[in-house]
Amino acid sequence: MPQIVVEDLVKTFHIARRAPGLWGGLKGLLKRDWREIRALDGVSFSIAQGELVGYIGPNGAGKSTTVKVLSGILVPDSGSVMVMGRTPWIDRIDYVRRIGVVFGQRTQLWWDLPVIESFDLLRDIYRVPQDRYRASRDELIAMLDLGALLDTTVRQLSLGQRMRCDLAAALLHEPELLFLDEPTIGLDAVSKLAVREFIERLNKQRGMTVILTTHDMDDIEALCRRVMVIGDGRILSDGTLADLRASVTRERWLTVDLVDGAPVAAVTDPDAALIRQEGKRFCLAFDPQRISVPDLIARIARNYPVHDLFVENPPIEAIIARIYAQRRSSGALTAVRGFAASVDKSQ
Amino acid sequence: MKAYLAILSSRFLALLQYRAAAIAGVGTQLFFGLVRVMIFDGFYRSSSGPQPMTYDQVVTYIWLGQAMLALTLLAVDNDVAVMIRTGNVAYEMTRPVDLYAFWFARALSGRAAPLVMRAIPIFIIAGLFLGLQPPVSLRAGLMFIVSAFGGLLMASSLVALTTISLLWTISGEGLNRLALPLIFFFSGIGIPLPFFPDWSQPLVAALPFRGLIDTPFRIYLGHLSGQAATAAVLSQLAWIMALVIIGRVTLARGLRKLVVQGG
Repeated sequence: MPQIVVEDLVKTFHIARRAPGLWGGLKGLLKRDWREIRALDGVSFSIAQGELVGYIGPNGAGKSTTVKVLSGILVPDSGSVMVMGRTPWIDRIDYVRRIGVVFGQRTQLWWDLPVIESFDLLRDIYRVPQDRYRASRDELIAMLDLGALLDTTVRQLSLGQRMRCDLAAALLHEPELLFLDEPTIGLDAVSKLAVREFIERLNKQRGMTVILTTHDMDDIEALCRRVMVIGDGRILSDGTLADLRASVTRERWLTVDLVDGAPVAAVTDPDAALIRQEGKRFCLAFDPQRISVPDLIARIARNYPVHDLFVENPPIEAIIARIYAQRRSSGALTAVRGFAASVDKSQ
Repeated sequence: MKAYLAILSSRFLALLQYRAAAIAGVGTQLFFGLVRVMIFDGFYRSSSGPQPMTYDQVVTYIWLGQAMLALTLLAVDNDVAVMIRTGNVAYEMTRPVDLYAFWFARALSGRAAPLVMRAIPIFIIAGLFLGLQPPVSLRAGLMFIVSAFGGLLMASSLVALTTISLLWTISGEGLNRLALPLIFFFSGIGIPLPFFPDWSQPLVAALPFRGLIDTPFRIYLGHLSGQAATAAVLSQLAWIMALVIIGRVTLARGLRKLVVQGG
């Protein structure tokens, strides 16, 4: 039995709509116009104990709504959720004792209390026995390097420091399952790495199940073996990162740097498409089943004054962008050039 | 229980830090108490008809009101208001606590802290210099304490209810705008309730607000005693339970329709 089973989840929000201008405002007083937003439109998946799952999608796709339903905050319109044998919104109090939640954009610490006092309050709220609390607190303080922050009030912490404290706060009661909603949002590179490394250790060493929503594709590439993509309230793709790539495109990218001063306007090849050019750097997309990598490299090197070149997989952003594009044009594969242009714009 | 006591004591201790506000409050309450005593002084001098309370009783009623003003100033819990507005209420729901009890505990600490900080100095000053009489009997004194605690619970249940109403209104102060004038009139803090005209007394008795301060004060004065006092305390208790039940039902409904703002 998987740890989490979600079946056919539907959640709609009703949002009051007001026509613009004075007249619209007056009309709104008499008659409210409601707009229905289907945040989740039949979402199903299951997750086994110990998985680290990335859950990605654009703003408004339904990521956070899913996490909020799974953590007992929102009640769905229909569908079923079983997590560790419980339905979150029905057995909320018993259920939330066994999960940890971090919303990157919010803090669960008390704004005007020193960090350590927030921890102590959480101990009382979760009724963690004193010895267990001490052990888990000290371990988290060591892992997240919080020693110097404990006597600081939360409002004086930097975003990166606060996020480390929030992670500790979500884990003091030793949950079996951790929901992370954009834990790296707004963090600098060093803090991001620290957070990522910590998440990885939790998952690997403690076998904790982690569900991670993020906009940061580096988070996904660094951490997640399994990726679920959501768009318009539906799961568009669910599998390993490699499967996700393969299902969308076999394409690889070849980046070519020409020597300085070479009198070349563009690098072209019959079996590859130019998708980007920055000065003397050209990026070509090609299908390795149509032309092998050595052949393509040999041909390019023969025809152009090459200074350097390398082959890579398209970045995960490009893959995701293509999944959305496919969905919009209802399955029809968009031309490489059109897709490449959309990727360029998104960068 | 420990979770609720923890939040209660932590809030209570945090609020005790606001000493400057308390000192300013004591000064203000003493000033307005004197003004109101002078008004009633003029009223008793110029009127020859029979009054529902003696002059000394009125003065004591006024000073008790000034000492325990915190029970009638029912501000919404600002922390919860901010949580609801910003969506941080989401975290509140991931805690393994009964949310009503949790918010009630916060409301209770929010009322108890200013009550304790202001009541004690005003009791002492008004008792020594300004005509506040001791309770009529030991029994009345003890029953006053019970009933004043009931007033504190009622105030907290009203604060909890106005706070919960924010789940619908989000901005503004929720029910508070509506509740404050009602409380000013019908609790007895504006004019002691015995002075209300006879025709309005059934209405005054039917509303919960007399349970905030009027019931304990009249027990203290001996204006309510014996069976009448017991009945008043029971009615206070019934209202507290009713307000708690209304609060719980409202909160459950509010959470079902909750839309977490942003993100």
